Amino acid sequence: MIYREAGQFKTSYRQDSAIFPILQDRIAIIFYLFVAFIVIPLFGSDFFLNSMMIPFLIFALAAIGLNVLTGYTGQISLGTGAFMGVGAYSCYKLTTFFPETNIVLLILLSGFFAAGIGMIFGLPSLRIKGFYLVVTTLAAQFFLEWAFIRVGWLYNYNDSGAIEVPQREAFGLIVTGPAATPSVRYLMVLSIVVLVTWVVSNLIHGRIGRSWMMIRDMDIAAELIGVRPLHAKLSAFAVSSYVAGVAGAMMVFFWLGAAEVESFDVNHSFLILFMVIIGGLGSLVGSFLGAAFIWMLPIVIRAVPRVLGLDINAATVEHLNFMILGALIIFFLIIEPHGLARLWSVVKQKLRVWPFPY
Amino acid sequence: MELLYNIFVDPFAQMVSTPDFLLQVLWEGFVTGTLYALIALGYVLIFKASGVFNFAQGIMVVFAALSLVGFYEAGVPAWLALLLALGIMAVLAVGTERLVLRHMVNQEEIILFMATIGLSYFLIGSGELIFGGETKSMITEELGLPTGSTVLDVAGGIVILQHIDIAAAVIAALMVAALAFFFSKTRIGRALRAVADDHQAALSVGISLNQIWAVVWFAAGIVALATGIMWGARSDVSFALQIVALKALPVLILGGFTSIPGAIIGGLIIGMGEKLFEVYWGGLMGGGVEGWFAYVIALIFLLFRPQGLFGEKIIERI
Amino acid sequence: MFGKMVTGATILATALTLQTGSVSAEETLFVPSLSYRTGPFAANGIPIANGFADYFTMLNERDGGIGGVKVTVEECETGYNAQKGVECYEATKGKGALVYNPYSTGITLQLIPKAPVDKIPVLSMGYGLSAAAIGEKFPWTFNYPATYWDQMSSIIKYIDGKEGGIKGKKIGFIYLDVGYGKEPIPLLDQLAEEMGFTVVKFPVGVKEMQNQSSHWLNVRKERPDWMIMWGWGAMNATAIKEAAKTRYPMDRFIGNWWSGANVDLEPAGEAGKGYIAANMAAAGTDMPAIQDILKYVVDAGKSKVAERSDVGKVLYNRGVLNAVVVAEAIRTAQEMTGKKMITGEDMRLGLENLDFSAERMAELGLPGFTAPIKASCENHGSGGSIFLHQWNGSGWETITDLIPPMTEKVRAMLEEAADKYVADKPDWQTQDCG
Repeated sequence: MIYREAGQFKTSYRQDSAIFPILQDRIAIIFYLFVAFIVIPLFGSDFFLNSMMIPFLIFALAAIGLNVLTGYTGQISLGTGAFMGVGAYSCYKLTTFFPETNIVLLILLSGFFAAGIGMIFGLPSLRIKGFYLVVTTLAAQFFLEWAFIRVGWLYNYNDSGAIEVPQREAFGLIVTGPAATPSVRYLMVLSIVVLVTWVVSNLIHGRIGRSWMMIRDMDIAAELIGVRPLHAKLSAFAVSSYVAGVAGAMMVFFWLGAAEVESFDVNHSFLILFMVIIGGLGSLVGSFLGAAFIWMLPIVIRAVPRVLGLDINAATVEHLNFMILGALIIFFLIIEPHGLARLWSVVKQKLRVWPFPY
Repeated sequence: MELLYNIFVDPFAQMVSTPDFLLQVLWEGFVTGTLYALIALGYVLIFKASGVFNFAQGIMVVFAALSLVGFYEAGVPAWLALLLALGIMAVLAVGTERLVLRHMVNQEEIILFMATIGLSYFLIGSGELIFGGETKSMITEELGLPTGSTVLDVAGGIVILQHIDIAAAVIAALMVAALAFFFSKTRIGRALRAVADDHQAALSVGISLNQIWAVVWFAAGIVALATGIMWGARSDVSFALQIVALKALPVLILGGFTSIPGAIIGGLIIGMGEKLFEVYWGGLMGGGVEGWFAYVIALIFLLFRPQGLFGEKIIERI
Repeated sequence: MFGKMVTGATILATALTLQTGSVSAEETLFVPSLSYRTGPFAANGIPIANGFADYFTMLNERDGGIGGVKVTVEECETGYNAQKGVECYEATKGKGALVYNPYSTGITLQLIPKAPVDKIPVLSMGYGLSAAAIGEKFPWTFNYPATYWDQMSSIIKYIDGKEGGIKGKKIGFIYLDVGYGKEPIPLLDQLAEEMGFTVVKFPVGVKEMQNQSSHWLNVRKERPDWMIMWGWGAMNATAIKEAAKTRYPMDRFIGNWWSGANVDLEPAGEAGKGYIAANMAAAGTDMPAIQDILKYVVDAGKSKVAERSDVGKVLYNRGVLNAVVVAEAIRTAQEMTGKKMITGEDMRLGLENLDFSAERMAELGLPGFTAPIKASCENHGSGGSIFLHQWNGSGWETITDLIPPMTEKVRAMLEEAADKYVADKPDWQTQDCG
């Protein structure tokens, strides 16, 4: 009843092709941003910020990165974890060389290194397609994992082989390192995620995004009508790896504080692929929903016995957690194979005509 | 100069000067390759018949081996434990078909792939809940499999052959022969191939998709059990074994997703290739290169044959 | 929908906070246990977690806790995964956690910088960052009885004694290719240079843990005189099986103290006969305190062990040792502060002034359990001695006396490493031990 568009007229093409054509959606977005920027940092506990919101936002961004490649361009990738690693390690090297430079700038810069590496490993995509493309991205994944261990220069020859985040200040606040408060780190992550999401959203709705989608839907046809596959595929690899790289750099600098190779292993590539598929291929909202589902659900399940005061073994909870997550993935795929985003838009569609569907 | 020498001359000189060691490396590569091929075979069976890339195959290997050992530890004789483990795999196959696949007819490949990931999560959770996380030893002797080793004198050195490895190669060969026969000569085998081509078309000519899927998942379960026994005898049965199953991916990609001979030949190429490279060249790069070298082999082959060695030719139309 | 999720999550978070309040109201000493009963390393994680929990349960049942206050041990499942470890840390630190025992070098590295901020010490007993033994630079981290570097130097000392001079020998080092396995390499390289032996390294990736045939082919190619292993989880058992297959002499194959558990050798059985490993806590159930665990905990059905015979195995007793050390530190802190309910800061004092002598061990009913541990402001962990034990086909037999490390060499290198760690951290909290 509240959510309907009667009376909202579009008088120009610009209005018609807006991303949020309906007033209520625009209000909702402003409301979400208000909650995210003001309410959560004010009232969220440390645990909520540190272990739920920050990783959720970072994984959502990584999922957006993969969605550009898999959802919008149709190239399956299992190398996201490694591309995140490239971002993290290059940010670490950058801040070693330029300790005075604003860390946020360095994080945004480090994405470009990931983009470069991503483009190199994207080259075989011009010849190899579908599931077979998985091999090139897996080759990237395992080769980079190996390089993160073997190339001592990357982690400044630390004895532990891990990268440890130094303390850095930006905008007069301590933003990285253990002394940074969760709310500051949360706000940094949130701002970068909103910024990058906005840029990616504009790319997708523009000419480049359309060429990606043409390649996805049928690459030969796209080529015939003048989309250059080389440009389209490589730009998708570049943008995707850039976003993943930024997410990786944020993961280490704003969340973990120190990272070994295992933080970028193939399981993370899988994890992010799950988020994209559960959330919905080719949907930005879906990336957020998928990340929330895959990351938050286990935490919630883990907390349930504690809140209810049940005395269940931590290991048993973890086993049940795996089982429930697996069952839910299957359940959601059965009721809606196109992901949570589709479910979301179905709900919206229903709401628009409610309570008089006919 | 020295680098070039280390890359192009030294390894070959080593191979010639210690032929016994070269033979040992090739044998180890052959055995590992056979085991990779067995894992890959499970994937191929399901992909061929249902177009599903079954991510859960790795965990099915662990699950099958654990139930075998679990039953034995519960006091059941070895032969009965083997039958019961087969029974578990049959239940799993029917259950998967009933609860998962039946509801997902004609979905896209990636959605089906995702569903099998959900399945593998479920299996990991329930497996650890039932069997616990401890490492278990495979009941090699109780199953009547050979143990011990034979030492051959070759060219002034020795080559050690483990009997269990020989048994693994023989069992793999028998299994492939049986599957090849099943696919090409039996009625149900031909139906399987029809389903692989097109779900809806197969349905329209009266093939029961549900029955076929249960059969093929059971076949993959048998392969998983065999793999679990062999790999468990080489190292041990634990949940860490599922990571090894990832090695089947380059094998599959090299051999083609739909080809049984492809899985075998791909497995052997990857197995021997990575052992040779790791032993003779790995040291130059700090070791541990076999983790990615398999993918590089697969990638090189793919650049020349994008559909894999034995994959079906991709024909694109608009 | 997103909004609802956020609200739901907020409600849950509030519920969690409320929960925290009610727990601390009961007045118990809260010791979180970051365990891993799932994942690829579960086989080793389970006995440790059992031993740790059972000792505290025994104290609660027998003595009514420590100094009259009961101890609550809450397990949080990490799966040996650093991210989940941090999540566990965040989830439990607000409940008055006294000390963290991460049981993973990866998680330890994450927690070291957080410890001074949250004022909760980290006890990485015989693992973690070696440099953390330097108390001046790492006030909040403890890693006694010995660092990996101490342990490695003791092992080299043993080989040196056996060979009558290690000079000119070739030592193979096979390790799990993560932070943990790489930790002793700087010391090994340094000692190789000083003592004139060569080192060949065989890194085993986590993915290759159960697929080591090429590593052992390389061992056969290189023919090292001795092999040293830094392995964990499924890697150990596979390495020992492969070693037996390539006919490497077992009595020249030495594992560190994480590579010598019963679960590692039982699969190999007879084939592993002669394999040597380091250890820090005596195995077996003869000691009165272990008997008390059997009586008050296991037989009373309050333990999570699968079988009664699991008590007394190597890693179970390692978990008990960890619990004993934590309990002793709590007691020391209680005595020093005069408070019954101590905080993380008091606990730090307790850990730093810990004096776990042979007499004290006997008093506790654990005679000869481990080498005496005496911490100080400067020394948070280096210098402990180890002993070696050998597998006889079905059990372990101790074959050496305590082997002290090469303290002078190790200490100098530790200080250098600690300086390097602190160098790029401008506000790093150090302490003056003057």
